[in-house]
Amino acid sequence: MEELKEQAVSLPRLGQPAPAFEAVTTHGMLKLEDFKGSWLVLFSHPADFTPVCTTEFIAFAEIFPELQKRGVELLGLSVDSVSSHIAWARNVEEKTGVKIPFPIIADLSKEVSTAYGMIHPGQSKTETVRCVFIIDDKQVIRTILYYPLTTGRNMDEIVRIVDALQTTDANGVATPANWRPGDKVVVPAPNTQEGAEERLKEGYECVDWYLCQKKLK
Amino acid sequence: MACISPDGKPTASGAKMLRALKAKSGPAEEVAQKAGLPLFRVRSGLRELVQAGLANPKGDSYELTPKGSQLADSLPA
Repeated sequence: MEELKEQAVSLPRLGQPAPAFEAVTTHGMLKLEDFKGSWLVLFSHPADFTPVCTTEFIAFAEIFPELQKRGVELLGLSVDSVSSHIAWARNVEEKTGVKIPFPIIADLSKEVSTAYGMIHPGQSKTETVRCVFIIDDKQVIRTILYYPLTTGRNMDEIVRIVDALQTTDANGVATPANWRPGDKVVVPAPNTQEGAEERLKEGYECVDWYLCQKKLK
Repeated sequence: MACISPDGKPTASGAKMLRALKAKSGPAEEVAQKAGLPLFRVRSGLRELVQAGLANPKGDSYELTPKGSQLADSLPA
């Protein structure tokens, strides 16, 4: 019970500052603060030279240009050595022609994976599960996704979430289910009766006072 | 070390940073722009250059030390 309590407390939460780290990576020693001013997708994979992870790394490399257009950096992580990461990245390039352009943390000490709650003993006691942390330019955690060892991640969803978060920040709106850039956005619900009455006169497309949408200009 | 090899020679990205700093001292953002490197790489690389005695922080800016300047001069154009 005590152990469960401790694990729950240590997990990062949305809206909190991302846990600081300094880690050995394939691009040298990097600190979280090195990414300040950029958005960051920090993701973990179970192990190098494994099949699902290889498909994911190719897919992450493929969305990297799209992420860069949005001011987002990518940073991978697993509990493998930097030599293993380098050898795997070179092997992926040799066999598939896809260059891995982003750094990968070699978290042999498990310091970073523990701080971010990436090891789920019910899945594996030694490997990180497939986590995605979307961290904004102020280094606040904005999204956390966990996938099991057996399920590769959906890259479109990661890009979609970045688009949704950046749209929210830029326009003070929310985004509805299955939103895509260009779709209508949700206007925040009013929190006073007066606001509810006024809302219906504002020319938005409303189902009722609490669900109004508009096109962004 | 991503910027300086174990043999003390600058890596390709280290050389870009040294050249950028030789051209003009400045903050990490300017070095990144001049060197054509991601900002996170430059922030990390500047720490290495400082540790190696090749650059010095001056407020938010960085400038080459005489040793760093000499190394930058020795780089192929």
